[in-house]
Amino acid sequence: MEGGASVAIFWLLAALTVGAAVAVVMLPNIVHSALYLVLTFIGVAGIYILLEAEFLAAVQVLIYAGGVAVLLIFGVMLTRRGHIRQSNPFNSYHVAAGVVSLALFILVVLALGRSPWHAFPGPWPEDTVGAVAEAFLGPYVLPFEVAAVLLLVGIVGAILLAREEKGEK
Amino acid sequence: MGIWQLLSVELLTAALGLGLLAVGLLMPGRERRGLAYVATAGLMGIAAVAWAMREAQGVVLNGYIIDPFGTYFKLLFLASAVLTCIASFDYIGRLPRGEGEFYALLVLATLGMMLVASAGELITLYLGLELMTISLCILVTYRKGDMKSAEAGLKYIILGALSSAVLLYGLSFIYGATGSTLLEDIGRVVAREGVKPLLGVGIIFVLAGFAFKMAAVPFHMWAPDVYEGAPTPITGFLSVASKAAGFAAFLRIFFGALPASHGLWAELIVALSVLSMVIGNLVAIPQKNIKRLLAYSSISQAGYLLLGVVAFSVLGVGAILYYSMIYVFANMAAFTAATAFFNEDGSDEIADFAGLARRSPLLAAVLLFSLLSLAGIPPLAGFVSKFYLFVAVIGQGYIWLALLAVLMSMVSVYYYLQVAKAMYFGEPPAGRAAVRVPLGMQVALVVCLAVLFFFGLYPTPLTGYAFNSAMVFLGQ
Repeated sequence: MEGGASVAIFWLLAALTVGAAVAVVMLPNIVHSALYLVLTFIGVAGIYILLEAEFLAAVQVLIYAGGVAVLLIFGVMLTRRGHIRQSNPFNSYHVAAGVVSLALFILVVLALGRSPWHAFPGPWPEDTVGAVAEAFLGPYVLPFEVAAVLLLVGIVGAILLAREEKGEK
Repeated sequence: MGIWQLLSVELLTAALGLGLLAVGLLMPGRERRGLAYVATAGLMGIAAVAWAMREAQGVVLNGYIIDPFGTYFKLLFLASAVLTCIASFDYIGRLPRGEGEFYALLVLATLGMMLVASAGELITLYLGLELMTISLCILVTYRKGDMKSAEAGLKYIILGALSSAVLLYGLSFIYGATGSTLLEDIGRVVAREGVKPLLGVGIIFVLAGFAFKMAAVPFHMWAPDVYEGAPTPITGFLSVASKAAGFAAFLRIFFGALPASHGLWAELIVALSVLSMVIGNLVAIPQKNIKRLLAYSSISQAGYLLLGVVAFSVLGVGAILYYSMIYVFANMAAFTAATAFFNEDGSDEIADFAGLARRSPLLAAVLLFSLLSLAGIPPLAGFVSKFYLFVAVIGQGYIWLALLAVLMSMVSVYYYLQVAKAMYFGEPPAGRAAVRVPLGMQVALVVCLAVLFFFGLYPTPLTGYAFNSAMVFLGQ
């Protein structure tokens, strides 16, 4: 892709992602927040496409925008009591949190600006899906298997916590 | 040695955890008691395997490091898991359900810790840490229907997720600054190019993430509430093994791979250590609940352990290894005794321990000696372990820090002896029978006491092992 166009698209996607993320935090209605979260996820997927990681972008859309966000909305629907309009309230620390976040942001930006970057070592893989698969079942097979155990533990925990006791109802 | 042999400890642990989970589903409810024995025996067997390969060295696949340092920590995790299993028999047996899953999750949490101790690569490290944290989150909420346990679980999962996010953010900076997730490559890049600002930010974030796992001040706020609400055996496990895993990962990254960045975080560690020792010990004084008292004492213990990091030497690392092993036996003994008392009286309040010496001389003696060991009174092993840590920091010229640590240890004697005073000089409540301690627990408690006395009087075997592991680890 042309360098200038690529940069312009990047900034557009970044603005979309960050703007939607701010909306997630600021909106008072949690369902609206969840919908903006979908937009954030799609913005991130766009950045993956820009980086030529198509597979990652597809997974991002399928799992995060498709799965996680929908689950979130279902969770809100099934558990929410009371008024939905004020379901995403602020606590009394928002000024302090804003100041700390801003300070952290400036710190990170300064550090980023002053550090040279390492370019990707070696040539781009032709076939990204194949490269990911080979990494998963090759050098990274150990963390890959650990992730499987981790997910199992998560599911077992969710069942343990959510299942009703026999005598409860 | 082949891959399978090097990975045998982790593979056996995973097999045990998954096996317990599967068998627990198939067994009828009353028979599930047997799972506790299977888990205990299995963990002991795995510990024997780990002991057999204590000298083994090798790198598996992409930077998974098997070395004496990692195996030392694995033995430590296995020892605390075995003690936790034994302490849990009656406590968990009384809960309405979920016995099978309890032991499976305990074993899988141990697996996560082992991965953390051996990981030479950032993704493996992070996943191991998450496996440990998520398993522990579920275990913390195991007393369903109890508000305190639910609050503890919620706090642990939210603050744990926050600390994981900070850690992960830091790891991504480290990756961005060095172009690799392999600790070996990261170390090489940093040694060549020095510490860039981006790497500095990453290191500070990672430091905060680990300090959360160690429960060092000011990242300790979760500890007292979570320790109080969790089932008592799990509190013990959390306080010894999760802390040790934090230190293992810290040493692996900062001593093993990034010694070049020492100047950046040396002062930070001194601050963490001082704050943990002072705040942990001072806030422990007014505590009325034994679990909260031990929570603050465990915060202060993190401060002492950080002295070994401050020393930044073979002696310091060896002292951390020795200290954390002794800490396992002292703290697990105290929590096991508290569990036995809770099983009988249903209370964690120190005031209710009044006259315990007459109701159960064994429990009172175990609690007394384990607390004295935590305080560092000779001839118990806690004295020797603190002695090595103090010598290590004095060797680096931090005399004022060692003096402060000794002063704070004296403060700790005061609140530990408050418990002893209640047990030995208080009147037992009228009409209370003797506290019944099951045989398995008696054996575990006596073994802990024997360890504390043996290594207090003759520390050489364990110090030799700890310092050898430290020497191999630092390549000296």
